[in-house]
Amino acid sequence: MFRNERDADGIITLTFDMPDRSQNVWNRDSLEALNAAIDTIAADAKCIGVVLTSGKKDFVAGADLKDLEAISQGGRSAEELYEGAGALSAVLRKLETCGKPFVAAINGTALGGGLELALACHYRIVADANRIKIGLPEATLGLLPGGGGTQRLPRMIGVQASLPLLLEGKQLRPQKALQAGVVDAVVRANELIAACKAWVETSPSAVQPWDIKGFKVPGGGLEDAAIANVFMVANAMFAAKTYGNYPAGKAILSCLFEGLRLDIDSGLRIESRYFVELLLNPVAGAMIRTMFMSLGDANKLKRRPEASKRPPTKVGIIGAGLMGAGIAYSTAKAGISVVLLDRDQAAADKGKAYVSSSEDRKIARKRNTEAKRDALLARIVTTADYADLAGCDLVVEAVFEDRAVKAKVTGLAEAVIGSDAVFGSNTSTLPISGLAQASVRPERFIGLHFFSPAERMPLVEVIVGDKTSDETLAWALDFVQAIGKTPIVVNDRRGFYTSRVFGTYITEGMVMLADGIKPALIENAGKRSGMPMPPLALADEVGLKLMYQVGVQTQADLGDDAPNNPSTPVLEALVMKADRGGKRTGAGFYDYGDDRRLWSGLGALYPVSAQQPTAPDLVERFLYTQALEAARCMDLGVLNAAEDADVGAIMGWGFAPYTGGPLSYIDGIGLQVFVDRADALARAHGPRFEPPGLLRTMAAEGRSFY
Amino acid sequence: MSECYIYDAVRTPRGRGKAGGGLNTVAPIDLARTVLEAVRDRNGFDTAEVDDVILGCVEPVKEQGGNIARIAALYAGYDLLAPGMQVNRFCASGLVATNLAAARIMAGQDDCVIGGGVESMSRVPMGSSRGPWATDPQVATSTHFIPQGISADLLATLFGYSRRDCDTFAALSQDRAAAAWEAKRFAKSIVPVKDNNGVNLLDRDEHMRPGTTADSLAKLRASFTKLGQNYGFDDLAIQVYPEVERIDHVHHAGNSSGIVDGAAAILLGSKEWGERNGLKPRAKMISFASIGSEPTLMLSGPADAAIKTLKRAGMSASDIDLWEINEAFAAVVLRFIDVLELNTDVVNVNGGAIAMGHPLGATGAMILGTVLDELERRDLSTGLAALCVGAGMGTATIIERC
Repeated sequence: MFRNERDADGIITLTFDMPDRSQNVWNRDSLEALNAAIDTIAADAKCIGVVLTSGKKDFVAGADLKDLEAISQGGRSAEELYEGAGALSAVLRKLETCGKPFVAAINGTALGGGLELALACHYRIVADANRIKIGLPEATLGLLPGGGGTQRLPRMIGVQASLPLLLEGKQLRPQKALQAGVVDAVVRANELIAACKAWVETSPSAVQPWDIKGFKVPGGGLEDAAIANVFMVANAMFAAKTYGNYPAGKAILSCLFEGLRLDIDSGLRIESRYFVELLLNPVAGAMIRTMFMSLGDANKLKRRPEASKRPPTKVGIIGAGLMGAGIAYSTAKAGISVVLLDRDQAAADKGKAYVSSSEDRKIARKRNTEAKRDALLARIVTTADYADLAGCDLVVEAVFEDRAVKAKVTGLAEAVIGSDAVFGSNTSTLPISGLAQASVRPERFIGLHFFSPAERMPLVEVIVGDKTSDETLAWALDFVQAIGKTPIVVNDRRGFYTSRVFGTYITEGMVMLADGIKPALIENAGKRSGMPMPPLALADEVGLKLMYQVGVQTQADLGDDAPNNPSTPVLEALVMKADRGGKRTGAGFYDYGDDRRLWSGLGALYPVSAQQPTAPDLVERFLYTQALEAARCMDLGVLNAAEDADVGAIMGWGFAPYTGGPLSYIDGIGLQVFVDRADALARAHGPRFEPPGLLRTMAAEGRSFY
Repeated sequence: MSECYIYDAVRTPRGRGKAGGGLNTVAPIDLARTVLEAVRDRNGFDTAEVDDVILGCVEPVKEQGGNIARIAALYAGYDLLAPGMQVNRFCASGLVATNLAAARIMAGQDDCVIGGGVESMSRVPMGSSRGPWATDPQVATSTHFIPQGISADLLATLFGYSRRDCDTFAALSQDRAAAAWEAKRFAKSIVPVKDNNGVNLLDRDEHMRPGTTADSLAKLRASFTKLGQNYGFDDLAIQVYPEVERIDHVHHAGNSSGIVDGAAAILLGSKEWGERNGLKPRAKMISFASIGSEPTLMLSGPADAAIKTLKRAGMSASDIDLWEINEAFAAVVLRFIDVLELNTDVVNVNGGAIAMGHPLGATGAMILGTVLDELERRDLSTGLAALCVGAGMGTATIIERC
């Protein structure tokens, strides 16, 4: 696993190369192998130093997250976790104190435990390749760098410089890493090993700066008043942003605050304590599962049926409004030719102009070049002529949500495109099987629900109609993957999955308002729940008028079968009586002047009750109402797998990521406890909180979603 | 239970707490020495009979560190039998030192104790002693630390004190302090601070800005807007008080307490000790209390402390003739007045810390002396002094003239 090759000068090249894996990771086997390799090197009298590199494309990918997820969900005690959790830290400490100078030859991406290996070396040289990323992303998965990262990085570059890397998991390209002081040199890739050997030949010290008496943290240690202020502000900004929902950042801050005033060995012990604390916290396990494993599976198209691979080379997009332009943007960015069609040339050009101005803004911010912009724009052809769709392997319509309009464009496109071209409808609410009735080849018809703004939102909800073929699904997924987005696959029911569940959050906020709860309390509880926006502000954003009209349309469509939406009276009062249509009209639940403030007239419309609930009560309602709706989607077969529910919720509408998604949230509470609590909420607040049969059955049988 | 009497109360004038301020060239040990010498020399007792010297100090580090009370007693030439200790209850330290002194006399264990406090804010700035509350990530987040100025603005927001309300009160404090100095109402207590050649360095509170009006204050920019909005503290305040949509930043240098240097001492003793030394008691310590309150709001404690100590004394607010509530921030005073349903005419009648400044460790003892002087001048009987305290506390003391 670690190849030891000593050259004539006594320089050992130690190459980390795990058999049967595409990446090097830290697990029990690789740690034992490194430990043994260090013993051999320390005892090798002829060795004057070590160049540590990787036999893979990447340097080291970090810890094996599957192991960590299993540990975190495994119900083990702190005592049991200490040994495993401190293993990497102990081996790396041994490496830096074994008496031989080590230089990390970073030939590829070094993240997490990979960078920690490099930090434990006495010198770091990285190949100058833009594919290489260097960072400590642990916090984004609810963890901390437990292999000394929280201790060595600030001892190298100072507290202030290390905080963004540790707290936000910021990843750096080689040149930026050099500027930040995370690595010592950047050299051409083919000179990497030679440069490392040259460093060893300078007879460098094998003692780390922090092992020398009198060591001081660069930029000031804990005794420094400026650093005390850094902590005061970092604590506050972190707590303000996270509402106590994310334990990792706080643990990282504590590792620095407590560890940096002590010697390195004591600091590493403190780091291990907080690492174990995070492993014991369900947030880490839930986030790793959904944000790493399930998301990775979705991106690898785990739900793709067997079929020949067919990423599209030419995509037609009908409708050049905000949505169509956004899809065109994403598609062209992925190097795919786009035909952007609208009812007239000017409308189509307007869509392309949107792409063009977005690219210009990036150039202004130095995040893009004119050459790249021009190449991207050249891939988008605008037209009003359906004949130009000829040769497209896939067409997405993003026209107005109206069956007749959609039917018309379906017919016009199908008259031109090849018989095995996929026709995707970007609808957020209209059932796909119904829309497919307008198609002459419904087996090639599928729903591709993008989110707005489509060029930025990462999720695509892929909706399988009654007649959609496996091959069509497979090719649609190939398209989603090709444009770098995450697909979830759902079945065809009204509202599908995301629109349906997302709506319950807004509804709950409006019901609370109608119940006499203080508007500011509703909004602050929404933020506290971990949702990206408070519910009433979000309603304004979506548009009160639009939501009201959708409600009216649904009522007209379904008559007595229409679901009873308890927010309807609130929308009616705001839109029809108070003439407040939402943000776009300048007036909704908020007033939109220079200064956005809750509308003072809300109190007259919905007088505030004397008795107010607590914010945690409201947080519970927000999360339960969404989790219950997600469970109903499982019950009704809208979804095929819990992973899709959780990935879709977090990537689609930003459902509280610390929970791991709505079904992980239910699991975390425990099925029986959740069902009992939902029943109690239903008694207090109405039948929307009644748990579906699936949950009762699962609770009775002692099952969980994972 | 024995009775405890106040035999004397002295204080230094308050110097502007910055370079160039009247007391900036004076070490805190000399401020403490000045008041200990004065209280001894004015009353002529045998310092060998002093059972303790208890001084409040909020930043007891550097030249205020290492138990400044004992060193000041030695330096002032007290008998070496007179011990000393320093206490810290943040802004109420000077009053708590006095209360502790009284408690020991009332418990019959001591006969004579000097209480008081000292703070040179110009030389040992606020925050010098650090501590874990703001900086330790576990502590700060689990106990919802926010800086005091944000707490004051939160208090104003929650109870609807506008910028104008606060500025109007601040102007009143300035008017009253100016009038009090004009009429020499502090003369009985003030001990000028002298240099090593016996020349007066300062004999008058120098932080005051006579002529200040609510309109002139309206021009000042709120002090805590940036801190609150850019560094997360407003959001943290709202996390604890989620019914608040936004914090109104109303406090500024002109309606908050001034940063100043100063010291104070109060001579306390039993009845027998006073008789033995031929001293006439000026007032009796009736009751005192400290209490904790919600730490993010931080500054709502003084009313709770006042109610607690009134109850202990079997009294009601209407039994108190004059009130001193430390003017840490205008909203603190306005809230205190509202909770206790007081008439503003009997609260801080000679101005307060907004005009004259708040030398953290000494203020409690200073305002107790101020209310005593004024009770004597008006020939009234009962007074209550109270202070808000960092980290959510309050302290109050009731005295009655003999």
